[in-house]
Amino acid sequence: MAVEQKPQYTKADFESENDVRWCPGCGDYAILSAVQAVMPTLGIPKEKFVFVSGIGCSSRFPYYMNCYGFHTIHGRAMTVATGVKSINPDLSVWVITGDGDGLSIGGNHFLHAIRRNQDFKVLLFDNKIYGLTKGQYSPTSELGKKTKSTPMGSIDNPVNPVSLAIAAGATFVARTVDNNVKHMKEMFTRAANHKGTAFIEIYQNCLVFNDAAFENYTEKDVKNENSIYLENGKPLIFGKNSDKAVKLSGFHPEIVNLSNGNSKDLLIHDEKIKDRGLSYMLGQMGVENEGLPVVFGVLRCIEEPTYQERLLEQEKTAKSQKPKTSLEEILNSGDTWVIK
Amino acid sequence: MVTQEVNKKKETLEEATIRFAGDSGDGMQLTGGQFTNATAIVGNDLSTLPDFPAEIRAPAGSLAGVSGFQIHFSSKEIHTPGDILDVLVAMNPAALKANLKDLRPGGMLIVNTNAFTETNLKKAGYDKNPLEDGLGQKYQLFTIEISRLTQLALQDLNLPGKLVDRSKNLFALGLMYWLYTRPMEQTIEWLNKKFASKPDILKANLKVLKAGYHYGETTETFISQYEIKQAKIHPGKYRNITGNEATVFGLIAAAQLSGLTIFLGSYPITPASDILHELSKYKHIGIRTFQAEDEIAAIGAAIGASFAGGLGVTTTSGPGVCLKSEFIGLAIKTELPLIVCDIQRGGPSTGLPTKTEQADLLQVMFGRNSESPVPIVAAATPGDCFETMLEAVRIATTYMTPVFFMSDGYLANGSEPWKIPQVSELKKIKINYRTEKEGFFPYLRDEKTLARPWAIPGTPELEHVIGGLEGEQITGKVSYDPINHDAMVKLRARKIAQIANSIPDIKVVNGEEKGDLLILGWGSTLGAIIAATELLIEKGYKVSNAHIRHLNPFPNNLGNLLKNYKKVLIPEVNLGQLRMLIRAKYLIDAQGLNIVGGQPLKIQSIVEAAEKLL
Ligand code: SF4
Repeated sequence: MAVEQKPQYTKADFESENDVRWCPGCGDYAILSAVQAVMPTLGIPKEKFVFVSGIGCSSRFPYYMNCYGFHTIHGRAMTVATGVKSINPDLSVWVITGDGDGLSIGGNHFLHAIRRNQDFKVLLFDNKIYGLTKGQYSPTSELGKKTKSTPMGSIDNPVNPVSLAIAAGATFVARTVDNNVKHMKEMFTRAANHKGTAFIEIYQNCLVFNDAAFENYTEKDVKNENSIYLENGKPLIFGKNSDKAVKLSGFHPEIVNLSNGNSKDLLIHDEKIKDRGLSYMLGQMGVENEGLPVVFGVLRCIEEPTYQERLLEQEKTAKSQKPKTSLEEILNSGDTWVIK
Repeated sequence: MVTQEVNKKKETLEEATIRFAGDSGDGMQLTGGQFTNATAIVGNDLSTLPDFPAEIRAPAGSLAGVSGFQIHFSSKEIHTPGDILDVLVAMNPAALKANLKDLRPGGMLIVNTNAFTETNLKKAGYDKNPLEDGLGQKYQLFTIEISRLTQLALQDLNLPGKLVDRSKNLFALGLMYWLYTRPMEQTIEWLNKKFASKPDILKANLKVLKAGYHYGETTETFISQYEIKQAKIHPGKYRNITGNEATVFGLIAAAQLSGLTIFLGSYPITPASDILHELSKYKHIGIRTFQAEDEIAAIGAAIGASFAGGLGVTTTSGPGVCLKSEFIGLAIKTELPLIVCDIQRGGPSTGLPTKTEQADLLQVMFGRNSESPVPIVAAATPGDCFETMLEAVRIATTYMTPVFFMSDGYLANGSEPWKIPQVSELKKIKINYRTEKEGFFPYLRDEKTLARPWAIPGTPELEHVIGGLEGEQITGKVSYDPINHDAMVKLRARKIAQIANSIPDIKVVNGEEKGDLLILGWGSTLGAIIAATELLIEKGYKVSNAHIRHLNPFPNNLGNLLKNYKKVLIPEVNLGQLRMLIRAKYLIDAQGLNIVGGQPLKIQSIVEAAEKLL
């Protein structure tokens, strides 16, 4: 049996020689390191990775990867990624964006790339603030958030990136957080192996303009009470002593205390359900639906034909239906006449 | 019924200009299109001007809903759809009112009298029926009951009234076929194909078409029939072509000549959408088209495609160019090949979506932040869109740069006979993807072209990052260094300016290399300028004309050419945009003729403007 030769890489192969210019202590460093660590494990030749970004702190990411990269313009990375992947569906394309880039100026493209099931990964670094422009509120900033542009507090309702992605029909949706390296790597690996748009919201700490925005999910003494790490086919157990779970009461999630011997009818996670209801409800927990823990992990992962598969399929059909036409034949098609 | 043979005179004419005008729902574009095909088959030279409202269904019978199709055909070479009409076919009062001003005194006015009802007259704003108001003294008025004759022709078929009424345009078409001795086979074949699955409608349409023809032949309404002999144009194989079709053919040819995969990212916009529609039919030869969510996504995807080694193309009109300008800047900075097609229309803002204009020149030249030069080429006739597109692709791929391809509503929808080029005579477009690792830097330039290498994702060991931030010469690494930025700004300018060394010298089209007046134009004014120059030369003036295809950079010899004439006149469908560029660059006191009415310039206007300067 022929053994396929898989390329051998180390993490260092994916580290560029450019100086990383994020603020010391920025959550972006951990994300970069996790991505670089995952790349060698995927069995994909290095030259086939393409990192496409927009504008913002996170969007400097391609410069720090030793891969093909395109640092494009504000909000438009997904459009460029669409073209890259449509010309060469063989590439592994990663879009790096942020809450401002992806959801504010790029909101339209976010919606349409996802509904088309474009075959690329989208890593959205959510720090709930504009970092690069020095601290204005973003579409994910909470109501009442005081920033340079909202001295009396934001009067905008925030958007939940995960809700938006699911509503648009994302075939893969996950959430992770910058201080959980192991979990990030797991999510990136899952995303890499998914066919179609793989969307990951990454809670990312901006220590300069919005420090501790995610401390409920990162600080030792509180994080277990506030976060649920999803496992497919398993109940949503959480809590310091793994003594809590979630159950449905009608359409509403409710916390049950397992120590009371109350383990009947627990909600079991199923990421493969086509109906978006369950994943939508999970995504809302702790965000739009306050007072509940926030879920991390893969909320939804279903199989559907990708845009690129459909594109190639149509091309194949067209080729089988119409004979190969030469330029000569095309120019001479239709009504013609000869002048002598 | 015995058909009576009426002996009719056959007069030979050199040329004619006719216009079909009716309600948007009357099928005037289709009628004009069919008449054009039949005229092409006869071998006349021709030029067409479709003119339709922006509203898909403006209120029936209203002035806003009038749709027209003009065709000028001749046994001589012609260049424009004609200034004035010899024949106007008006299907209702609104069509009469909107178009009568263009009919020459003594011209033929054919009207469908059944449509001249009190309601329709009112909708068109007539107090009195103009047909009873002395029109016959100024024009040869033919009042024909086209609607009723159509009904009569179909009375034994038992079709719904609406359907019957809708086929009346074919009566007019048949009548004009007879009047100008055109063959009907082409149209019959087309109807056969179109209504193959609806035999009732097919039968009705054929009947009405023939009824119109026979009406001309047998009744005594018309005393003579006209003939326009085959034009003595260059021998070869011809087809009729619109500007948008030629643009599509240009792209297909460019794909084949370069071996590149064309990726069109586009968002529907009048008058460019037909390019998207047409190109989408060529999936079987590997052309990829993408209808994006907006103009920005359309160009973004095209740039992504070019980065990945395809040829990114985006098609739009002026308003779309506004939205794309930030991305065009990115393509300039990252030095990727890209074709941006601006099919101009009337503006500003939404303006006149279906009408023509040339007022985007300064927009495509300067409409971006900072110093951001882009080569510009403009097509001059519908058929010329083909060659101009090949030139755009040659420049984009040779020099690694976005290129503007400019056309306009008049070229896009207008048509002319086009001599089909020999594929073997088309120049190959050489593409060199970089694969060699040794000595690779993303911005290390070719000494001659100053182009940077095209190293596409998937190529081992050439991994690199490009982006919108200013980069260092050679390495392309992000750099904020003032000396480097100054050098890069100048380098980018020089790279585009030196493209002039690869473009042909501008030649005088008509007249001498020296003289009293040069009429200089660009884009779709060529036909009217040539015709005007010919008239002026006939009158004995020392007038010449020249036309610019390359608007940025200009041909190297343009400055010298301009100095050979005492005066320069630049007619444009804008307020003097080329004139501004010419004056700034060559310090010449060029004069303008600027009429911005959503219509092509008239020959007569140019003649008058020239005579004022002579
Ligand atoms: S501003 Fe915030 S997000 Fe940006 S680099 Fe600094 S810490 Fe990171």
